[in-house]
Amino acid sequence: MKFSESWLREWVNPALSSHALSEQLSMAGLEVDDVAAVAGDFSGVVVGEVVECGQHPNADKLRVTKIDVGGDELLDIVCGAPNCRQGIKVAVATVGAVLPGDFKIKKAKLRGEPSFGMLCSFSELGISEDHDGIMELPADAPVGQSLRDYLRLDDKSFDVDLTPNRADCLGIRGIAREVGVLNNLDVVEPVVEPVAEQIEDKPEITLDAPAACPRYVGRVLRNVNVKAHTPLWLQEKLRRSGIRSIDPIVDVTNYVLLELGQPLHAFDLKSIEGGIHVRFAKENETLTLLDETTAELKSDTLVIADDKKPLAMAGIFGGLHSGVTEATSDILLESAFFSREAIMGRARQYGLHTDASHRYERGVDPQLQRDAMERATALIIDICGGEPGPVVEAVSEKHLPEVRTVVLRKTRLARVLGVQIDDEIVTRMLTRLGLRVTELEDRWQAEVPSYRFDIAIEEDLIEEVARVYGYNNIPNIAPTAALSMLPARESSIHANVFKSLLIGRGYSEAITYSFVDPKIQDSLFPEVKGMVLPHPIASDMSVMRVSLWPGLLQAAAYNQKRQQSRIRLFETGLRFVPEEGAENGVAQTPVIGGLLLGRREAESWQSSDEAVDFYDAKGDVEALLALTAKAGQVSFRAAEHSALHPGMSAQILLDNESIGWVGALHPQFAKVTGVNGRPFLFELNLNMLSNRQLPVAKAISKYPANRRDIAITVKDDVSVGAILSHIEKVGANQLVGLNLFDVYKGKGIAPGSKSLALSLILQNPEKTLEEAEIQAAVDTVVKELQTEFGAALRE
Amino acid sequence: MELEAIISQAQSQIDAAQDAATLDQVRVEFMGKKGKLTEQLKGLGKLSAEERPAAGQKINQAKQTIAQAIAAKGEALRSEEMNKKLTEEAIDVTLPGRGEQPGTIHPVSRTIARIEAFFGELGFATKTGPEVEDSFHNFDALNIPANHPARADHDTFYFNPDVMLRTQTSGVQIRTMEVEKPPLRIISPGRVYRNDYDQTHTPMFHQVEGLMVDKNVSFTELKGILHDFLHHFFEESLEVRFRPSYFPFTEPSAEVDVMGKNGQWLEVLGCGMVHPNVLKAVNIDPEEYTGFAFGMGVERLTMLRYGVTDLRSFFENDLRFLKQFN
Repeated sequence: MKFSESWLREWVNPALSSHALSEQLSMAGLEVDDVAAVAGDFSGVVVGEVVECGQHPNADKLRVTKIDVGGDELLDIVCGAPNCRQGIKVAVATVGAVLPGDFKIKKAKLRGEPSFGMLCSFSELGISEDHDGIMELPADAPVGQSLRDYLRLDDKSFDVDLTPNRADCLGIRGIAREVGVLNNLDVVEPVVEPVAEQIEDKPEITLDAPAACPRYVGRVLRNVNVKAHTPLWLQEKLRRSGIRSIDPIVDVTNYVLLELGQPLHAFDLKSIEGGIHVRFAKENETLTLLDETTAELKSDTLVIADDKKPLAMAGIFGGLHSGVTEATSDILLESAFFSREAIMGRARQYGLHTDASHRYERGVDPQLQRDAMERATALIIDICGGEPGPVVEAVSEKHLPEVRTVVLRKTRLARVLGVQIDDEIVTRMLTRLGLRVTELEDRWQAEVPSYRFDIAIEEDLIEEVARVYGYNNIPNIAPTAALSMLPARESSIHANVFKSLLIGRGYSEAITYSFVDPKIQDSLFPEVKGMVLPHPIASDMSVMRVSLWPGLLQAAAYNQKRQQSRIRLFETGLRFVPEEGAENGVAQTPVIGGLLLGRREAESWQSSDEAVDFYDAKGDVEALLALTAKAGQVSFRAAEHSALHPGMSAQILLDNESIGWVGALHPQFAKVTGVNGRPFLFELNLNMLSNRQLPVAKAISKYPANRRDIAITVKDDVSVGAILSHIEKVGANQLVGLNLFDVYKGKGIAPGSKSLALSLILQNPEKTLEEAEIQAAVDTVVKELQTEFGAALRE
Repeated sequence: MELEAIISQAQSQIDAAQDAATLDQVRVEFMGKKGKLTEQLKGLGKLSAEERPAAGQKINQAKQTIAQAIAAKGEALRSEEMNKKLTEEAIDVTLPGRGEQPGTIHPVSRTIARIEAFFGELGFATKTGPEVEDSFHNFDALNIPANHPARADHDTFYFNPDVMLRTQTSGVQIRTMEVEKPPLRIISPGRVYRNDYDQTHTPMFHQVEGLMVDKNVSFTELKGILHDFLHHFFEESLEVRFRPSYFPFTEPSAEVDVMGKNGQWLEVLGCGMVHPNVLKAVNIDPEEYTGFAFGMGVERLTMLRYGVTDLRSFFENDLRFLKQFN
């Protein structure tokens, strides 16, 4: 809601500066977004009259004028505006005037003719964008008066960001009431006098949907001159309230809308066939709207219709064919009350949002229609002439909103606010707000005025009291509660623990958008159909991620483009995989994912230049898994993944259930992801990791441990993982340590084979192992490896 | 007199010794089985029984003197050798150390962790919820019925009329109150989504929701806890104001502004007393219990705390930006 401060002050004028008034409104919940000057900064501009206007001898487009600015002599001024003519009142910047932009007016010669000033346009004075020639002031403008004073340009435009509950403040009248309450001042409402009827036309109005439209006030005005000019004072009030002047009828309806908060509509009487019906649209009915689009009406949409056709979308938008045009001379003026429920959400269905729908869906005062009609009639007749008919009102009293009485208990008020406010103050505040208050022993009973749709329950009154009392006058007190200890399961691992581990290993945490580029995601995960956002911000942010990888890869590409070549990023968050039977059709799983790319070690005085490889990624994954103390239950299985290099990808299993993947990005996706080099990726399901095994301590053997190294050769395709887990299985409790300390291929080893060097640590908890026992254990292992894996012992 | 000469001779040889081997030779020469002092001892037999003890004592004294001189010299030689070795082994300790430098936590996570810590100490448990949400949890149960103008203000990303990306973390209040009964103290950090993108809006951002429901929770307490929080969070005594506002799920409602360094008020959170309809929607009797709720914008708090000027930089993940937050 944008309005002119001076307009407001016509209603109520507290002794506050503009700034203080704006602060006061904000602190009462009417947040002032902006306070702007209504004109540019200028001085030395006065009202003048063009006494003579003749052709410039040396320039076709210029005129030489003599201007009366109330001084002893007329001023010679050269002017280029086509609308400059003798007899009009104009804005004159005299010599010495300073116009916006620090533009100083000096004596000048234009093509040989002297000029002692300048005739100004609206745009030159920073009033509006309008630069179609110079300003034409009303004929009664007093010559010589400062233009700032004459047009009251030291006014401010207030822009208030109203919350949806305060529909009553969508008009000067409502804001004025609020200012009155806050300053304990009475509001001076303009007196609305009924305009006597001069003709007898009585439109027939039928309320076919009385619950949706319980009151409809109509009036015919004949012989209205729609080509008349809207007076400057009215145009200015509209402009300072953010509304452009269109024609006098629209201007007046907008004026009343701004002043009282009542939307009005004018129909061209000629276009109406028969009577007015307020009814719901019929299926397949269409209506061409004022913006020349055609709406296919839905049956939940209220329309104003005549006997044959819909004329307008009630409370939302007028129809093109029933609208007022330059040819109109007779109008039907509408001032109606539509219920909020009948309008809420309807405009949006058609992609519309109008000043009228904005008000109706938030609530218009049901007692306002007649006053608004009289106010508008008087203004139209003033400006356009014409003869008004009688005010015709169709009303269904029982469908009008009931007068509500709300109870506020004194104990409840004190309990919810936590502060005791004097009863007397409460009574006064509520009364000022327009409620009819009865104070009883333990409570107030308050009858709610028709314009306060937002007051229906006790809490609404508590809020009003708190708001007017001032939130900042309510003390700050630390809450009181029982000291109950929160459970903290030792076995559950907070995601922050995993994050800290990766940070310790050189990763930085990324936060990428949950919606990603479908081009990348569909390439990497062709078999998963991510949820598509029907109205995304951009096409590359239009599908919900099914993995953290697309986002991490985008972040990696972003960094590479900025000369960052060594990249370690991780992220935690949900992935969104559509799944039948899941809540809302999607499994939303918390995961932790990482990306490594570039050098293994940062370049330094002694680092190696090697790039990261699979085992770096795997090492980081193993470190994460180590936090769960379930290393023995975890395995890595060579498996193929659509996004990964088939020879460098592993599925990670916990108790044989998949909990994630690790591998190199498939090189075919280098182009679509825009990432150079070979990124390694991992992703783990955090739900599966968040439980750790609690330690169960075992006694440490007092007897010496024995290390025996063996070297074996096996075929290349034998998985080392299988060998290690098999040794652990057969090593029984003698084997307390197992380490693979060398893998070798090449000279001395048959092609297609590899050599593995293993150390076995053998120890008995109860005694020192004899050499023979040690040898027997080693022999068992070797024999098992021979039979299971075809391993040969290297001597 | 010969003894004196021996000592003096030994002393000069000890002084001259430059290494442990030479020093040992000196020891043998004077103290060995055939050493000069040993010879002297052997000569005692030639003396009378009266003279013998005094002479013997003198020899032993000489022996001790020499032994001490050898030991001292030995110690000096060893120490010198050690020093020499240490000098040879010296390195440039100003060369950079080896190994991986730690990465950084995202500033948004850092702020969330701090908020969790402040409220965790007051017994607020952290709860999380789904981000693809249904209209019941995102709107209906929060007293925002269908067609309510407040819904339009949310710039919601809908998948269909009933399923959307959550526009606020407040839905976690509902999910918590559906299964837990008062007294309740929770906070819920997480991502929320609004269809808006410009200098000051990103389509995804983070909120931390807070909720306390108990027998006598009041507006003064809401003010108290948030006032304390903001002071502790910013670690300075900045001006805070509570401004009336409107949220369908709280009443009275407030927005909270802090005074920025530029002298402008900056809105950092919204809050209020839980609306009775919200309590009723989850079968909590609003006559028995009252509660407050708040929701804070994590990015805004982070920007103010660390001087970040462009909201969008949080989601670009530029390592040069991220690495500042270690």
